[in-house]
Amino acid sequence: MELLGNLGDGFLIALTWENLFLALMGCFLGTIMGALPGLGPSNGVAILIPLAFTLGLGATPSLILLTSVYYGAMYGGRISSILLNIPGDEPAMMTCLDGYPMAQAGRAGEALALSGIASFVGAFFATWGLVLLAPQLVKVALLFGPAEYFALFTLAFATLGGIAATNQAKSAFAAALGLGLAMIGVDTQTGVPRLTFGEVHLYDGIDFLIAIVGLFALSEVFVFLEHRGTDRDISTKPPTAVGRIVPSWSLIRFCIPTMGRTTVLGFIAGVLPGAGASLGSFISYSMEKRLVDKDKTFGTGDPRGVAAPEAGNNAAAGGALVPMLALGVPGSGTTAVLLAVLLALNITPGPLLFTQNPDVVWGLIAALFIGNVMLLAMNIPMVSLFTRVLLVPPRILMPVVAMISFVGIYGISGSPFELLMMVGFGLLGWVLRKLDVPLVPVILGTLLGNEMEVNFRRAVEISNGDYSVLVGSPLAIGLWTVAIVGFVLPIVVGGRIKRRMPMARDEESAISD
Amino acid sequence: MSDRIFGGIGLVLAIIYAWAAAGIQESFLTDEVGPKVFPWIIAVILGLSSVWFLLKPDPDPEWPSWGRIAEIGLAALVLAIYAEALPVFGFLLPTALASGYLTWRLGSRPLESVVIGVLTALGIYLIFRSLLGLSLPREGLELAIDAFFSTIGDLFGNEPATAPQGD
Repeated sequence: MELLGNLGDGFLIALTWENLFLALMGCFLGTIMGALPGLGPSNGVAILIPLAFTLGLGATPSLILLTSVYYGAMYGGRISSILLNIPGDEPAMMTCLDGYPMAQAGRAGEALALSGIASFVGAFFATWGLVLLAPQLVKVALLFGPAEYFALFTLAFATLGGIAATNQAKSAFAAALGLGLAMIGVDTQTGVPRLTFGEVHLYDGIDFLIAIVGLFALSEVFVFLEHRGTDRDISTKPPTAVGRIVPSWSLIRFCIPTMGRTTVLGFIAGVLPGAGASLGSFISYSMEKRLVDKDKTFGTGDPRGVAAPEAGNNAAAGGALVPMLALGVPGSGTTAVLLAVLLALNITPGPLLFTQNPDVVWGLIAALFIGNVMLLAMNIPMVSLFTRVLLVPPRILMPVVAMISFVGIYGISGSPFELLMMVGFGLLGWVLRKLDVPLVPVILGTLLGNEMEVNFRRAVEISNGDYSVLVGSPLAIGLWTVAIVGFVLPIVVGGRIKRRMPMARDEESAISD
Repeated sequence: MSDRIFGGIGLVLAIIYAWAAAGIQESFLTDEVGPKVFPWIIAVILGLSSVWFLLKPDPDPEWPSWGRIAEIGLAALVLAIYAEALPVFGFLLPTALASGYLTWRLGSRPLESVVIGVLTALGIYLIFRSLLGLSLPREGLELAIDAFFSTIGDLFGNEPATAPQGD
């Protein structure tokens, strides 16, 4: 019952006019960003962090705004999948398979409404899962010492590429690159400058927000410049008419078992390290196809094929918040960006967050419930408004994205040096995406690098210089085992899974969910 | 081939990184591990994965033509100049030019680009400065807009909503 009390307190925090307004804004902006090809949850949240920060919002309001954007983007991704056959973001790619055929058959409105409901079901129950599971995980995490934390961070990096990763060396390289960037600046423990090459600007370290905005948002602009006028140019497709918006009750009832199953599956995929929303929607779709596709209608506009991946990816989005909040270790790109939000606000996520800042945690969770209801209310009747957004061509949108990135970073730094660094990160991001090097480990490395090193040094310090302490407890050994298995397994089975995911070779895969 | 070049660059990077880490000045008050060990571990991972790219490269990605690469480089250059120009010329003029350039390169017609550039700059300024009160670089034009809004705010007597405070 303590749980309900906490949740009640959370609602008291979330139900202020300011927070409700921010949740509404976040949901609205998020849906738009999710719908627009080229802007997904991770880069959408990325460009908004510096803004939330410079606007002087407090911790809870900023988190409410940005997680609403995150949930909103998960809803919004389906819109362009269904209408244009282009996923608005990576997790929405499975929705194309049945959503677009439905739209071609004149049932676009129904597909949009149904996927909206499926998204709601997935996200709503996943938020309950978060409420129930996160406090349990916190109890385990309280047993962690520095050595266990070091192992946990390693596990996060080792599994980040996901089961579908094709080249683990590239994931390792990306992680090392991010960690290496985090080392730059004055060492927190001894106070000596490291790797700054005498540049005073670097003494404070490289702000991870600069890296995030550059790698995620600005590199997207370069990708669009590269593809303009080729067959990968997406600005030329005409959107489909929407048609009837309200789905019949029988259609919804027809999909209820599908939604139930895929919600559970998606949530689990979200909680587990190295899976994330893209895999959540993929597994959900494949399982449903195997289970109920008796007449071979999947892929030709079967409503269940729309409901399954949408419930799956939204449930996974909620599930991914569990390790991020309870352990401070995100399992996907977007939750890594949300972690950046917390760190930028000087809040250290992890088990202590639940005891030291319960208002932040429960206010956030309450806001997720509220945001979900808002999103459902917004997405069914107003969906035709969002489809208009798709008419904004990338040639107008992308310069706006670039300029807003500059505005945000200028707001937190106020100096051209940081802006130049951001442009550099944008170019770096483009090259890395070309070479199929994942960007998420780079981000996670810059975020967690210092924390990881601190735990490493503290563990060895406590044991008076004995490095074997790093594998000194059963818990630590367990974490190392999972890390090694998680790193090696994709080498064995990764290629097979990757081949089955449609469009997996697409550029988007560099920024997985 | 691309992966091999990438591996070579990565290896050089790893060596420079390890060398730079070796040059870290240790203070007399240090812990058991010291500030050098973790960077060295990172350098080793960088180096090992780079060697892997050298030995087992992936198939080449589809590189764009040299023209397109120049296009991207030029865009980066414009953005870099934009970054330097912001504190000197204020927000509106550089932003209008930079976004106008980008939209032109992304396929807008020249005249259209001018309009889109100006509207983008004005829109962002009105939303982020006039409405939300974010600190943006300001020169003559920007100060005039701010003054205009604060006058309106004075007329209606509820300035906080429309007129940002000077920073």
